[in-house]
Amino acid sequence: MYKISKSSLILSISLIVIGLLSSIYAFMDDAHAAWTSLVFNNYFFLGISIFAVFFVALQHVAEAGWSTVIKRVPEAIMTFLPYACGIMIFIVVAALMHWNHIYHWLEPGIMTVGSENYDKIIAGKEAYLNPIFFLVRSLIYVVVWIYCAKRLRDISLQGDLEGGLGDKAYSKGITVSAWFIVFFAVSSSMAAWDWIMSIDTHWFSTLFGWYIFSEWAAIGFTTILLFCLFLRKQGYLQDLNQSIIHDLGKWVFAFSVVWTYMWFSQFMLIWYANIPEEVTYFMERIELPNYNFLFWFSAGLNFVVPTIVLMSRDSKRNSNNLIVACIVILIGHWINSYLLFAPGTLHDHGHLGFKEIGMGLGFVGLFLLIVFRSLTTRSLEIKHHPFLEESKHLHT
Amino acid sequence: MNKKVLYAIFDDEEILLESVKVLRSKEIEIEEVYSPFPVHGLDHALGFKETRMAITAFIYGCIGLSFGGLLIYYIMISGVGKSWPMNIGGKPNFTFYQNFPAFVPIMFECTVLFAGHLMSLTYFFRNKLYPGATTKSPDPRTTDDKFLMEIIVEGDDKKMRKLLKETGASEINEKDTDNE
Repeated sequence: MYKISKSSLILSISLIVIGLLSSIYAFMDDAHAAWTSLVFNNYFFLGISIFAVFFVALQHVAEAGWSTVIKRVPEAIMTFLPYACGIMIFIVVAALMHWNHIYHWLEPGIMTVGSENYDKIIAGKEAYLNPIFFLVRSLIYVVVWIYCAKRLRDISLQGDLEGGLGDKAYSKGITVSAWFIVFFAVSSSMAAWDWIMSIDTHWFSTLFGWYIFSEWAAIGFTTILLFCLFLRKQGYLQDLNQSIIHDLGKWVFAFSVVWTYMWFSQFMLIWYANIPEEVTYFMERIELPNYNFLFWFSAGLNFVVPTIVLMSRDSKRNSNNLIVACIVILIGHWINSYLLFAPGTLHDHGHLGFKEIGMGLGFVGLFLLIVFRSLTTRSLEIKHHPFLEESKHLHT
Repeated sequence: MNKKVLYAIFDDEEILLESVKVLRSKEIEIEEVYSPFPVHGLDHALGFKETRMAITAFIYGCIGLSFGGLLIYYIMISGVGKSWPMNIGGKPNFTFYQNFPAFVPIMFECTVLFAGHLMSLTYFFRNKLYPGATTKSPDPRTTDDKFLMEIIVEGDDKKMRKLLKETGASEINEKDTDNE
């Protein structure tokens, strides 16, 4: 059983207090910027927690054994999903009530002919981008995701108690995971279009869903790896051997490269074709001085750092090295998350400053508190899982 | 003629692995092991040095990256590009860095091509698998379901035969040295 140490508790609670104070200040100072800050921070942690569900599902359908020892970690991370989804739905409802103006296409009159707000291109998207359908879609994603997360958590615990394959809990887990992955394949893309891409309403990119998924995968694996290293340092997860850490390091490296591949593919094709309606997206990010540095800097953190630091075998087996690389990757993707939202909502007056960082730290605190609390509810030592021995003796 | 070459045949890779460990702990040198498939942990048990393939991959990748960069620089900018400038979609074509995004795929592909092919060639070269190479395995059953361990013994081989039997060898043959 995990026990939250006093310093972890104090740290997470003080981070939450910092987050709350900076949120209050941010909302009083500039509500529009504060909503953007809220939505991008929430997106970041939503990505981490939904990816933990995907990770568990992936291990099930692949009948993978290597990750059995660490499976409590993604199971704990996925308990943050209801909170992140709740905040996302709150943001969506607030947008529909016009409390915030994140989604430009929700402006009143924008789809009515003759209105001064009328926008012909946006009106053409009415079949998909209309308030009711938007809310219904958002609700469907989060309800199914949360339901699958809960089912997988329950099945995992049951499987540990009874053990075995066949018609036992493990095979039930495979069925649930397979359905979840099929649903997630579509819904992750659609959620990316709805919640992120629709901010830049005129613009669209056909690989945007995969781009977002690759980012979720990169930050998801990074977070799982960091928690594993942290728990082992605290004296838990003693069965966790260096080969599992090595494998997780490979995943972090691989998905950092996949993210770069997606990022570059999107950028290069748009840059080359140079069509006005596509290129505006990158014009805002590259030509506006308040985003220009962040745009290249985040790509550097997300690609150059993992490539150099994580390429060799020895570096992926060195815990300190991994911790540094993981924290850099998380910061890089956090900045990139900001760039997904802010240029579309704030245009030329967006600044990544103390208010955003403060709110981000608040989310970190809340995330840590929820995950730590969830880790205390289940024994970290797995007892009867069918692939337990394989995981304990993993050797790469 | 005191040197003898023994071929110990094993039926199972687990037994082979155990036997290798026992022999190595007694500081007996194992010449070679022939196996129908890669046995996990065997290279470690035999005390082989860590493979340097990863280092060659990095070097070949760097060569490929430089080659790709120079190739596209010659074609689009300096050599052919100067005498026959190509206007593709109005993109700037006078400097390398302005056109860099368009060159990334070429450089990436060259990196992969060089690393992949040169690594394969290195692998063949190191294992002496040139065209027309014949098998070095003394027993064709090692391509089916048997594992073979080759040991050179000087002097009396009785002790060695006994040890091999004890560690699980199913049969022990001796190399026919009369023809040499």
